[in-house]
Amino acid sequence: MTTAQTGTATDDNAAEPSAPPRGLGVVGWARWAWRILTSMRTALILLFLLAVGAIPGSILPQNVVSVDEVTTYYQEHPELAPWLDRFFLFDVFSSPWYAAIYLLLFVSLAGCVLPRALAHARAVRARPVRTPRHLGRMPYAARFSTDAEPEAVLERARGVLKGYRIERYGDSLSSETGYLREAGNVLFHLALLGLLLALAAGAFFGYRGNMLVVEGDGFANTLPSYDAIYPGHWTDTDRLEPFTFHLDDFEASFIEDGDLRGQASSYVADLTYTESPEAEEERHRLEVNHPLTVDGVQVYLLGHGYAPEFVVRDAEGDVVFDQAVPFLYRETATFTSDGVVKVPDTGGEQLGFVGVFLPTAEENQAGELVSTYPGAENPAVTLQGYQGDLGMIDPQSVYQLNTEGMEELGESPALEVGDTWELPDGAGSITFSGVKEYVSLQSNRDGARLPALTAATLAVAGLLITLFVRPRRVWVRATRGADGRTGVEVAGLGKTEAAGDNAEFHELTTRLAGRLRADTGGATPDEKE
Amino acid sequence: MTYTLAAPVNEAMASASDTLIIAMIVAYAAALFLFAIEAAYGRRTSLKAGRLMPVAVGGREGGDTGADDAGIEVNVRSTEGEAKAPRSMMGRIALGVTVLGFALSVAQIVSRGLAAGRWPWGNMFEFIVALCLIAVGGLLFASFRYQARFLGAFVLVPVLVLLGIGVRWLYVDPGPLIPALHSYWVPIHVTALIIAGGAFMVSGVTGITYLVSHRAEARRALGEKVAGIAGRLPSPELLDRISHRFILFAFPLWTFGIIAGAIWADEAWGRFWGWDPKEVWSFISWVVYAAYLHARATGGWRGPKATWINVLGFATVMFNFFAVNYVFSGLHSYA
Ligand code: HEM
Repeated sequence: MTTAQTGTATDDNAAEPSAPPRGLGVVGWARWAWRILTSMRTALILLFLLAVGAIPGSILPQNVVSVDEVTTYYQEHPELAPWLDRFFLFDVFSSPWYAAIYLLLFVSLAGCVLPRALAHARAVRARPVRTPRHLGRMPYAARFSTDAEPEAVLERARGVLKGYRIERYGDSLSSETGYLREAGNVLFHLALLGLLLALAAGAFFGYRGNMLVVEGDGFANTLPSYDAIYPGHWTDTDRLEPFTFHLDDFEASFIEDGDLRGQASSYVADLTYTESPEAEEERHRLEVNHPLTVDGVQVYLLGHGYAPEFVVRDAEGDVVFDQAVPFLYRETATFTSDGVVKVPDTGGEQLGFVGVFLPTAEENQAGELVSTYPGAENPAVTLQGYQGDLGMIDPQSVYQLNTEGMEELGESPALEVGDTWELPDGAGSITFSGVKEYVSLQSNRDGARLPALTAATLAVAGLLITLFVRPRRVWVRATRGADGRTGVEVAGLGKTEAAGDNAEFHELTTRLAGRLRADTGGATPDEKE
Repeated sequence: MTYTLAAPVNEAMASASDTLIIAMIVAYAAALFLFAIEAAYGRRTSLKAGRLMPVAVGGREGGDTGADDAGIEVNVRSTEGEAKAPRSMMGRIALGVTVLGFALSVAQIVSRGLAAGRWPWGNMFEFIVALCLIAVGGLLFASFRYQARFLGAFVLVPVLVLLGIGVRWLYVDPGPLIPALHSYWVPIHVTALIIAGGAFMVSGVTGITYLVSHRAEARRALGEKVAGIAGRLPSPELLDRISHRFILFAFPLWTFGIIAGAIWADEAWGRFWGWDPKEVWSFISWVVYAAYLHARATGGWRGPKATWINVLGFATVMFNFFAVNYVFSGLHSYA
């Protein structure tokens, strides 16, 4: 059905950029460049570049995905990493070169689709085209004769061409349908533009932040409360939404037996929150797929972990530290976790501990103490003690102990809840007093969520229309022949390569012939022969 | 902290489903063998002007005009070209066996779902089985609708390879899901992508067949003799058309699947799009298929060039489904 393609010739005009102009000056060159940019071939190339450019973004660690992985990459490839960074390869999707590709693509798209939209708007208002003289040359052409009058034939044809827009030209009807396809195509492409704009606006005005909250603690949505925050260019971080919440309880459940023992089955965090200082307290059950929405900000549950509680006493037995300390897990299967306890205010020398927490401690065959299950069935902690200067004047991570200015105190035995390790040299004692859990959360304000969803939905709708509406034209001509009978010609032209156009045209023809036969008293056309 | 028992797994159902999968693989392997015989030894005959060609139009062999019984004289300027394909009795039997394998596959998935008490495409193994189900479903559809059962000899190859990999390396017992998958968007998202992926698979395999057939045709046009299966392949126009059809079906579904995934990601991880490797690759596939659709609308790109883009798209889909899980780390820890 390749010849039916001629109907889409308009696209192919744009597909073949003309030769560069000679001696036309700036305007001519600009026009030429514009034609190239908005041609289908350029669109194809840009689409390819868009796909190819995305590949490094999946191979190399990306800052948007995980800053930690990028840091690790820097440590492992100290020579290469700065070079990669020079080409923005750790920030592919916000890099200038990637932006150049998609911005060009979208300029091309606008330049291609807007004129088409205008042309289509005119076409929708225009009358169907004049009936061609030689209907026999159309991809589908049929003829038959009938005893009905030409006028009656055309009247009947109007009834058969349901859903077509019909125009009478002399002894013929010209009809067209499927206008929606072009509209769908324009809708789809414009929706993509809309999607891009929504995403851009969301990125400029939104923010995303990470925080860690221990059971029984609270959180206030202000800049210093965050462990990390990633604001957009135009986000005012001094005026974040003034909500607060309190983590009342957290429960993680794991599968207890079978092959899948230890796989998490659910996480539930109970929150009490207030939208603003004046607002009423409300409750929310935070689960993995059930975020808290407050004042346009979403708060999500990302992960969880253990925060063992420690009580540290000085040599006199006075409590100098009593806190739950979040530990980071090494692996989800056992939740063996690492953490650091820093005790700056002992009165004397500062204390520091590097700890390993095992939620379900058991001895393995080698006699080592390991965790065999992520739930806290038999929690135990081992500590490595240090005494001296924590060096806390410099900013440092709460998960790392700088032991440069400290001397070792040795290693504790495995401590169960309630156990106390008496530090050597009368340095005091540390008690493993209990286990709390913490949740790691993410807050996110992205104004693009709904606009982007709307644009994407419109795009799908437009796409379906584009792909499945078949524009087509049908002509019917009725002329009285020399023998006094009426010759009827039906011709059809499908404008897409969709199958079934000809079948449909034939169906129209047979229906028309059938009705005329009924009108003229059941005589089928060929009974005359 | 509480502990829950694992959701009870229905053992009888679980073992039934394991038996079914073996039966299904045997059925597909037998069907492939028979299809291959048809492809190699079947007589290359013209397909009847069926659904692809206008009904009752140009009915006479090779003729463009004809008068049907109502006295309507019809002239179709371009029929879809004559479509030829090797046919033999073996193909019919093969088709029957494929239908059987398909039924076994449906039964396998249902019983596994009952065994685990949830929707049954929650891990890589189940995912592969479902993908193959769709691909074979697409094959059956094409066989009945487009008389394209000759595709069996090609589509069943990746199906068997994937099922083999699934059973050999990716098998896990039925069981519950990790919490991130507890959302009704997950089945919607994954189902859409599996269906689209299965259709892309049929289209990609058909596209590869097209490329070979197209070359054979070109060489035949030069007067060369083309030996072997390459010379007996179905007509390129028909293959091109079928592979395009499957993309028309799959592309919007893929688009929808990505959107459903974004909605789920928004619920689960707090961002609807985060450029995680799985997301990057589904985006790449989407762009490549958009390029395919544009290529078909661009002068000078239809035919083999566009089909190469299709094959590339198929490669990215497969890479995404199977390699990305193992090559890159990401949040989509589905495996
Ligand atoms: C983000 C990039 C783009 C995507 C995802 C996209 C996607 C699509 C899709 C899916 C179709 C339907 C094809 C069909 O009817 O079979 C289409 C058609 C079309 N696109 Fe795009 N497009 C993009 C950019 C562009 C650009 C930059 C141009 C202009 C140069 C363009 C011009 C067209 C035209 C003219 C058609 C109609 C083709 C026809 O009538 O068959 N598109 N596009």
